[in-house]
Amino acid sequence: MTVAAPTGLERIARAFARAREERRLAVVIYLTVGYPDRASTAGLLRAALDGGADLLELGVPFSDPLADGATVQRASEVALAGGTSLRDCLAEARGLMAEYDAPVIFMGYLNPFLRYGLTAFARDAASAGAVGVIVPDLPAEESADLDAALASVGLTRIDLYASTTPEDRLARLVPRSRGFVYCVSVTGVTGARAALAEDVGAFVARVRVHTALPIAVGFGISRPDQVASLRDVADGVVVGSAAIDVVTNAPRSEGQRALREFVASLVAAGRR
Amino acid sequence: MTPSGRYGEFGGQYVPETLMPAVHELERAWEEAQRDPDFQAELRRLHRDFIGRPTPLTDARRLAEAVGLRRVLLKREDLAHTGAHKINNAVGQALLAVRMGKKRIVAETGAGQHGVAAATACALLGLECIVYMGAVDIRRQAPNVFRMKLLGADVREVVSGSQTLKDAVNEAIRDWVTNVRATYYMLGSAIGPHPYPAIVRELQTVIGVEARAQTLALLGRLPDVVSACIGGGSNAIGIFAPFIADTGVALRGVEAGGEGVATGRHAASIGAGQIGVLHGTRTYVLQDGDGQIAEAHSISAGLDYPGVGPEHAMLAQTGRARYVSVTDSEALEGFRLLARTEGIIPALESAHAIADLRALARAHGAQSEVLLCLSGRGDKDLDTVIAAAEHVPGAD
Ligand SMILES: Cc1ncc(COP(=O)(O)O)c(C=O)c1O
Repeated sequence: MTVAAPTGLERIARAFARAREERRLAVVIYLTVGYPDRASTAGLLRAALDGGADLLELGVPFSDPLADGATVQRASEVALAGGTSLRDCLAEARGLMAEYDAPVIFMGYLNPFLRYGLTAFARDAASAGAVGVIVPDLPAEESADLDAALASVGLTRIDLYASTTPEDRLARLVPRSRGFVYCVSVTGVTGARAALAEDVGAFVARVRVHTALPIAVGFGISRPDQVASLRDVADGVVVGSAAIDVVTNAPRSEGQRALREFVASLVAAGRR
Repeated sequence: MTPSGRYGEFGGQYVPETLMPAVHELERAWEEAQRDPDFQAELRRLHRDFIGRPTPLTDARRLAEAVGLRRVLLKREDLAHTGAHKINNAVGQALLAVRMGKKRIVAETGAGQHGVAAATACALLGLECIVYMGAVDIRRQAPNVFRMKLLGADVREVVSGSQTLKDAVNEAIRDWVTNVRATYYMLGSAIGPHPYPAIVRELQTVIGVEARAQTLALLGRLPDVVSACIGGGSNAIGIFAPFIADTGVALRGVEAGGEGVATGRHAASIGAGQIGVLHGTRTYVLQDGDGQIAEAHSISAGLDYPGVGPEHAMLAQTGRARYVSVTDSEALEGFRLLARTEGIIPALESAHAIADLRALARAHGAQSEVLLCLSGRGDKDLDTVIAAAEHVPGAD
């Protein structure tokens, strides 16, 4: 008897459910593919998973990352200088899929996906075993083409919501979310912050009214104590720039170990 | 344009969610301002008393003879306050910002003309002004950097990417995302997410409205061709707009061909780009096979942008307007030609449209009467032209 492979949405749901059963926040780690170079990406992604990451965001480098702060800008520049393309990102996902069951999501700006072809991208992302995509410069109003391409292969687009998103807009859009809901915790670009916005709790509560899906909070989270402060607020955290900074600051030979330990410290901080 | 800011398949609002409420707020404020007679009256007053509008229309006879055309009429935006058309947009948007209760303005600049215009409008209306400018442009447009600082603006150097206009736009947008509640983003060309292309078009349409009436008064008929240089496309859409419905009038946009379109080092987004999304709008974009945005190249900082306004993309696709390009060295010839035939030193941007006139004459015939937008004056470019002359044997 064969059992149907779980869909992308089921795998996302399982990842959050497992964290909940373990009474902790799910940890989503973002890394720019191709940083610090093509060869180290695979090892770093595995180190993040070995450290306990529940989901991975594979950052597709882009020349003009206008929603990103200095860390991701620099990582993207380095990755592009090394020749990293969307094809390479797909290949990284495929390699991970063979060894791990953690859901992989692509995060990248629209133009490289457009250039690849939305239908071709959706097909290749699905066959690589990815579950979805986050496109920071694609608001719901402009997403029909991508959504259609993804839906035809069982993939999903994860929406971002911001504390500036007004009530009526949340009420209209959040119920349409799939997978999980990504709340941007600061008004601003990505990048490690000393302090999280004071209104994160209130913001997540406003979103929670409109959905039963798990909610992850991201942008600006850099330390275990910040993760701990979100234990009773969110279902998961997304950490990107701080993870890249850990890689940057470690000696080359120590990058994987440093990242694994950092991720483990985030996972531990999320225990309730 | 559709209500959601579409020009055919172009345009739209490709911005991070954090900015969606801001662009919606801007749409509403702009609609209200357009309907408000007080706003319109204040804008007209500033056009007259501050900018010095209407700008003249000059019948450039010696230029026409030199390029083999019956007539060339120059719409003299170089004589607008601060020396370029950019002030029309800056004053209008500054009034809008005041109306919206925003006291902190961020702007990007390439040539420094929009930065100077923004700093000027902010000084006039008592607004804080932060201008992002690429490090490369800061070097090649030093006089304008000094002017912005004199006017009280905080000029911030952008060292990411190609360190030119596109990177300055990225940085201005990042600032806007971060400080969105209290900040107004004053975009300088007819690019970016809706409603910017519509706002900038409307505020620059004064060029075309005046020029159309002036041409009719002088000739008793419409011109055969309307021509303008294309960076993001604001001076061009401003002069084209009142003629779009006049199907007998040809529209001609001149892009920056840099070192030659075949070399890959140019800024001809329509001529050599592909459809993509840059800075919130779907349009023709210079990009590589992976969808990475290419660096634009032009001797003129104001044209050094790898995209173009979405309405131009539509006008190009439908064939209503025709877009051509001229190279850096041709633009330098155009620069000298206008200086010597008419006693007008043009901005290097505008010099592209001048340099295209001979080709225009071949395409449309020597009997053609041409209206050309002289978008700015050339004082800011003297260093660039001197440096270029040193490399060009025989040029003096
Ligand atoms: C004098 C002048 N003309 C033209 C331009 C190009 O911009 P646009 O295409 O928006 O008119 C600039 C830009 O800085 C400029 O300074």
